[in-house]
Amino acid sequence: MTPNLVYVIVIGVLFGAGVSLLLERTLTRILIGVVLIGNGVNVLILMGGAFGTPPIVGDEPVEGMSDPLPQAMILTAIVITLGITAFLLALAYRSWQLLGHDEVQDDAEDTRIIELADRDEVPHADEDDDDLPNPVYDCAPGREAVR
Amino acid sequence: MFPGGRLLVLLACYAIAAIGAPALVRWWGPKAMYAVAAVPAATFVWALTRTGAMRSGGAVAETHPWVPELGLEISLRMSTFPWVMVLLVSGVGALVLAYSAHYFSSGEAGLGRFAAVFTAFAGAMFGLVVADDLLLLYVFWELTSVFSYLLIGHDPARSASRWAAMQALLVTTLGGLAMLTGFIMLGQHAGTYRLSEVVGHLPGGAYLVIALVLVLLGALSKSAVFPFSFWLPSAMAAPTPVSAYLHAAAMVKAGVFLIGMLTPALASEAPWQQVIWTCGAVTFLFGGWTALRQTDLKLMLAYGTVSQLGMISIVLGTGTRTAALAGAALLAGHAMFKAALFLVVGIVDKTTGTREIYTLSGLGARRPLLAAVAAVAVASMIGFPPTLGFVAKEAMLAAFWDGGPWGRAMLACLIAGAALTVAYGLRFLWGAFARKADAQETDAAPIGPGFIAAPVLLALAGLGAGLFAPGVDELLAPYADGFPEAGHAYHLALWHGLTPALGFSALALATGFGLFLALHRTSAWRSLKLPFKSGTVYKQAIGGVDRVAVELTGRTQRGSLPFYLGVILVTLVVFAGGLLVFDGPWPVGIELFDTPLQVAAGGIIVIAAISAAVAKRRLTAMVLTGVSGYGVATLFIFHGAPDLALTQFLVETVTIVMFVLVLRRLPARFSERPLKKVRRFRVAVGIAVGVVASGMAYVAVSGRQAAPISELFPDLAVSYGGGHNIVNVILVDIRAWDTMGEIAVLLVAATGVASLIFGRDRLMHRRGGSRPAPPRTGEHVKWLYRPETDGSHQAIILQVVTRLLFHTIVLFSIYLLFTGHNHPGGGFAGGLVAGLALAIRYLAGGRAELNAAAPVDAGRLLGTGLLISVGTGAASMLLGGEVLQSAILDFDLPLVGHVHFVTSTFFDIGVYLIVVGLVLDILRSLGAEIDRHQESGEDTETLPQLEKEAA
Repeated sequence: MTPNLVYVIVIGVLFGAGVSLLLERTLTRILIGVVLIGNGVNVLILMGGAFGTPPIVGDEPVEGMSDPLPQAMILTAIVITLGITAFLLALAYRSWQLLGHDEVQDDAEDTRIIELADRDEVPHADEDDDDLPNPVYDCAPGREAVR
Repeated sequence: MFPGGRLLVLLACYAIAAIGAPALVRWWGPKAMYAVAAVPAATFVWALTRTGAMRSGGAVAETHPWVPELGLEISLRMSTFPWVMVLLVSGVGALVLAYSAHYFSSGEAGLGRFAAVFTAFAGAMFGLVVADDLLLLYVFWELTSVFSYLLIGHDPARSASRWAAMQALLVTTLGGLAMLTGFIMLGQHAGTYRLSEVVGHLPGGAYLVIALVLVLLGALSKSAVFPFSFWLPSAMAAPTPVSAYLHAAAMVKAGVFLIGMLTPALASEAPWQQVIWTCGAVTFLFGGWTALRQTDLKLMLAYGTVSQLGMISIVLGTGTRTAALAGAALLAGHAMFKAALFLVVGIVDKTTGTREIYTLSGLGARRPLLAAVAAVAVASMIGFPPTLGFVAKEAMLAAFWDGGPWGRAMLACLIAGAALTVAYGLRFLWGAFARKADAQETDAAPIGPGFIAAPVLLALAGLGAGLFAPGVDELLAPYADGFPEAGHAYHLALWHGLTPALGFSALALATGFGLFLALHRTSAWRSLKLPFKSGTVYKQAIGGVDRVAVELTGRTQRGSLPFYLGVILVTLVVFAGGLLVFDGPWPVGIELFDTPLQVAAGGIIVIAAISAAVAKRRLTAMVLTGVSGYGVATLFIFHGAPDLALTQFLVETVTIVMFVLVLRRLPARFSERPLKKVRRFRVAVGIAVGVVASGMAYVAVSGRQAAPISELFPDLAVSYGGGHNIVNVILVDIRAWDTMGEIAVLLVAATGVASLIFGRDRLMHRRGGSRPAPPRTGEHVKWLYRPETDGSHQAIILQVVTRLLFHTIVLFSIYLLFTGHNHPGGGFAGGLVAGLALAIRYLAGGRAELNAAAPVDAGRLLGTGLLISVGTGAASMLLGGEVLQSAILDFDLPLVGHVHFVTSTFFDIGVYLIVVGLVLDILRSLGAEIDRHQESGEDTETLPQLEKEAA
């Protein structure tokens, strides 16, 4: 197949703009990035199929039809993007409602581990004492019955 | 009744008993252990009935299908050596369970779980020794590790027992995994995983060496042989019945059992014997020395067990007939005397409250029976006639005396180890029962007959087996006969005449006795120990792993989303871009466009997307994104994809509505852009990814040569799918599974949206909306009546026009749904149109209007839709077709005329309902509920307040 320059450029620009937004911290921007990349991917899939007349049997001769398979895949993708957009929007709103902004924060658990690494400690360092626990001297269920 | 399946039936009995044990314990308390003990006891009796077959060298074998696709089967085989293990495992298991009934008080926490896990362990151990398939053996092997973990950690409140349990689990499963690799290497080479067949098809060279070492890692770690011995003493944190059974008689024997099973084939293959002899000798000697240094009776036995396991490994790994005979006898003898000794220690501990040898004093005089039992068991341990231990040791010494120069060297080692065994054996007796000058007489509670029965029986068994040594010899001979014979056949007996073995035996006894007396006088020797403890090595290794994990996680997991995405995208650029640049010639030939109109649409998309990326205001960015989306829809039209264009236009519109609904609450401008440098980096990554994506598109499309599969679709769509719109037929028929997955995703997304906005359960009922108040009786309801609306920002004209148009739009959406099979449209497009109709109603009149237009719960719509779609698939399956297969019905209806109906329409109806449900859910959540937040000022519901609420 011969590629189409317009599609190639559109794909590049949609990906480029989308990715530069995706790397932001504001959820709304990330969301717009996701939508743009989604459109770019759809055009990419579209490009994989032949250009032609609408794939409806009977209206036009079969030979000149566009490829229906990528179209079905894109259709699914479009609607899923709608669902994802709604979810991310709800997430942005919730974040704003709770924190007063819609910025993606650094993960708190990861930050804790980074602090541990900086202090050269291991997790649960406080629980382990230096000596191996002696397994035997403090076992034997039922001893107290005699004492 | 079960002619060929007794082994499997017995295994099932263990499983049933394990499941039922907690209930029995709840009803009967500790006495339930007697009931549970019936299963191993039955196994023992059944095994005894096979004695005749075993004596003649026969085997009980059975095979049941398991996972035929993987070539896995439950193949069980009991020949002589496994039979001995079955007798030990079941016999000792039954006795220890009976003992447990007295060991635990009725108030013991977690006793039900203990009984269940203990029984399950006994079953797993039984399965392990009769498994003939290497993979099945591995499964049982790991099961015993897991149950052992649970039993060591019987008291989860103590950190020592948690630590010990984890240590045992880590060490044994690590070995187990190595062993699995070894098994797979052997099995793949032999083409079968049958233990009885693999040994005949061995590979050679380095392949075999690696496989052997891996298998040995498993066996030695399980049997706590050096350098893995440290986990066993720690495992003494378990209750004493567990120590007696798992860590003396049963589980730790799995390793030496495996060695014994494989030695007939592997003994002559280096480095089988060398590894076993070296590790075993180190374990035997240092284990014995460390046992001597202990002051706690249980620990003394634990190190003694480690030491004895080293010795048994050596003997079973040797590979001569006499050694095999001796090894099997040593194994049996050890199971009996060591279990008995542990149970004695349990009784001492339980009745006196201590196990310290310097605290206990005069117990022998008060409890002569207990002392006698211990003495008989120790006699077997140190090899004092006429016990089984003595008989076995004679055989061992004879085997190594005949075993060439290396055998003689090993013999010296064995005699030294035996002397150490004598010394700590005597020290055990002295420590437990002797009267010490500087200690008080120990008080001891009375011992019930049931409590002491088990050790008595075990000790007597060891004594009896020694007295009837020729009988034992006859039973073990079929196993030993599998080995090459050196000279005359050796027979187990109490008296062989004045042989060198007898001399060595006497030498070991005398040296050991001397050592005991010498060490008894001084305590300076106790500081003599290994320069390192392998337990410390383990602790450092575990600590090191933790440290590495923290450092690695700290370095790589920065917790920043842009960082992660950046790494992924840069990787994409480097690898995909690198491939594009360096791999192969670039295709030539590109056409500018298919139709000039594409240039116009493409230009709009490019300008809109770039402007959206640099926009400072949220609304601007959103509108520009919408514009680029409409541009893509236009591209779809030009490409010849009307369905896509229709859906894209509708989706873009719904997206804009959603954005507006949410953005009205968010600040108008994006937050301040961070550092310029970071921004430049983002833009650079964006441009790079864009270029790579373009390149990938160009190369991929140029590279496409094969005829697309969709060339077949036009015919298929009409003949099988019964529709002319190929895209729609693909969605509801040819690739209906994809669509099924997709609508499930939509359902999840809708639920996620609702739960994020409504937040708490009690608010979720609002998702259903509320019907407008019913009109009072007599009141005339006017069409286009304007109900009480909330808020005052409503355009009355828009509202009235919307009402007029609403039904028309809904009708149109239904038309789209049904016409979709033959013309552009379908469930997705129809559902989106209906959703937009609802959106207009909401935008014009607020949530009251929305509720009036759609007085249903969004969740119900979604659920009904999914039910219909799944139901269509299920119905076609129930009617004998494939899942989601469609049937074409042609019939004539009066008035309507000819009807061409395809059952996949039902599937599309489900899709339609789900899409309507999704949009309704979005409107209720992002629209109506956010309205309500705004009105009630709930948007101040920030974190501190929530925390207060939680408190």
